[in-house]
Amino acid sequence: MLKARIIPCLDVKDGRVVKGVNFVDLIDAGDPVEQARLYDAAGADELTFLDITASSDNRETIFDVVRRTAEQVFMPLTVGGGVRTVEDIRKLLLAGADKVSINTAAVHRPEFVQEGAQKFGAQCIVVAIDAKEVERGPDGEQRWEVFTHGGRNRTGIDAVRWAQRMADYGAGEILLTSMDRDGTKQGFNLELTRAVADAVTIPVIASGGVGHLDHLVDGVVKGHASAVLAASIFHFGTYTIAQAKEHMAKAGIPIRL
Amino acid sequence: MTDSVALIDYGSGNLRSAAKALERAVTDSGMDARIIVTNDPDVVRRATRIVLPGVGAFADCKAGLDAVPGMVEALTERVIGQGVPFLGICVGMQLMAKAGVEHGVHPGLAWLDATVEALTPADPRLKIPHMGWNELIVKAPSHPVLAGIGPGTHTYFVHSYAMKLADPTLVLAACDYAGEFPAIVGRDNLVGMQFHPEKSQAAGLSIIGNFLRWLP
Repeated sequence: MLKARIIPCLDVKDGRVVKGVNFVDLIDAGDPVEQARLYDAAGADELTFLDITASSDNRETIFDVVRRTAEQVFMPLTVGGGVRTVEDIRKLLLAGADKVSINTAAVHRPEFVQEGAQKFGAQCIVVAIDAKEVERGPDGEQRWEVFTHGGRNRTGIDAVRWAQRMADYGAGEILLTSMDRDGTKQGFNLELTRAVADAVTIPVIASGGVGHLDHLVDGVVKGHASAVLAASIFHFGTYTIAQAKEHMAKAGIPIRL
Repeated sequence: MTDSVALIDYGSGNLRSAAKALERAVTDSGMDARIIVTNDPDVVRRATRIVLPGVGAFADCKAGLDAVPGMVEALTERVIGQGVPFLGICVGMQLMAKAGVEHGVHPGLAWLDATVEALTPADPRLKIPHMGWNELIVKAPSHPVLAGIGPGTHTYFVHSYAMKLADPTLVLAACDYAGEFPAIVGRDNLVGMQFHPEKSQAAGLSIIGNFLRWLP
């Protein structure tokens, strides 16, 4: 049986981890490769690097991080942040990434997703959607809109329809972040997650708001997500990957232990 | 004699992941082997093992392989003619089929009497691509490539199409996604894996190690 996936996410800036893992045996706590190695050993199902490097001068640092990670870690690696051109995708894949995550560039030019999927295959194109709850529609239905720039810019695009369009354009997976919940530790936005997961045939990764292990269970059981992504509960050592997996397995979710 | 393992570079996907995993498997098992990433048919003719990776669409991968002058001929000569151990990964496995039915019907290498068809899980709630960790259902436990791989071993899959073989005894291991499909196929010196051993952590490295030691 296919297992639900647990995906830790590391924020990387100028080649260094911003929010770090709280492990004691790290030689260099700021090195993403060291942390990737630990998550690999801990049994994470995949790993995501989000490159939040602001200056374009330092963009090359992520390629070096990915190259060094691919030498040591034999698990699926997704890299997101600043992926804007087919050349960006090609360079990340050549460095050793397995998937790339596209966010703002897809909103600016949806055809970019089509081009990436055609050239490299749907399996490596993840479309990241940052969604926020907005005023209800005329029929009283709950609505979520796609936002960019960390939730500051409203796009007017309906998140559920956007996910469907991205799936039609060849995305292999949707990484769905609730901007209302991100950083709150109150759990995923389950209505949003379920609305998107039920509307598309491709897998959906739930993200934003995990503070407790029950939240991971809810994301799969109530949100219908195929995978759950979390950052701070793992980084700050609140829970280990093994604890998260055991908890989900006990709740009856198929998990790779 | 030092093994020389040719990893075929034809413009498809995660070549570096595959090369690094092969190198690690060589180191871990203390073997004497060199991994050569190549698009040179002459290197393929001298290789003692051949690995064909592949991600993306069947037709694109076949077109990419056809676009390397002399490569299909060198592969066929070395693998089918001379019986050098061959490992196809994901689309690299699927290319061994007669044809792929993905965006039209496209001819493959036709090394196996098989076609590659869309996964159609009976349960419509199941997502496509089949993406993530799933268990191997071992059918041929005595095959050397499966040495030490017990039932319930998880490997990492990401695909929307699967192989259909005329001879089901060629399925060395299957996988279940609302119906069984071949996870590992093999005949003589050929072996193909639908999952990504290079992304399957310890289990994947040990399967790659088995392939590198295999003397069909």
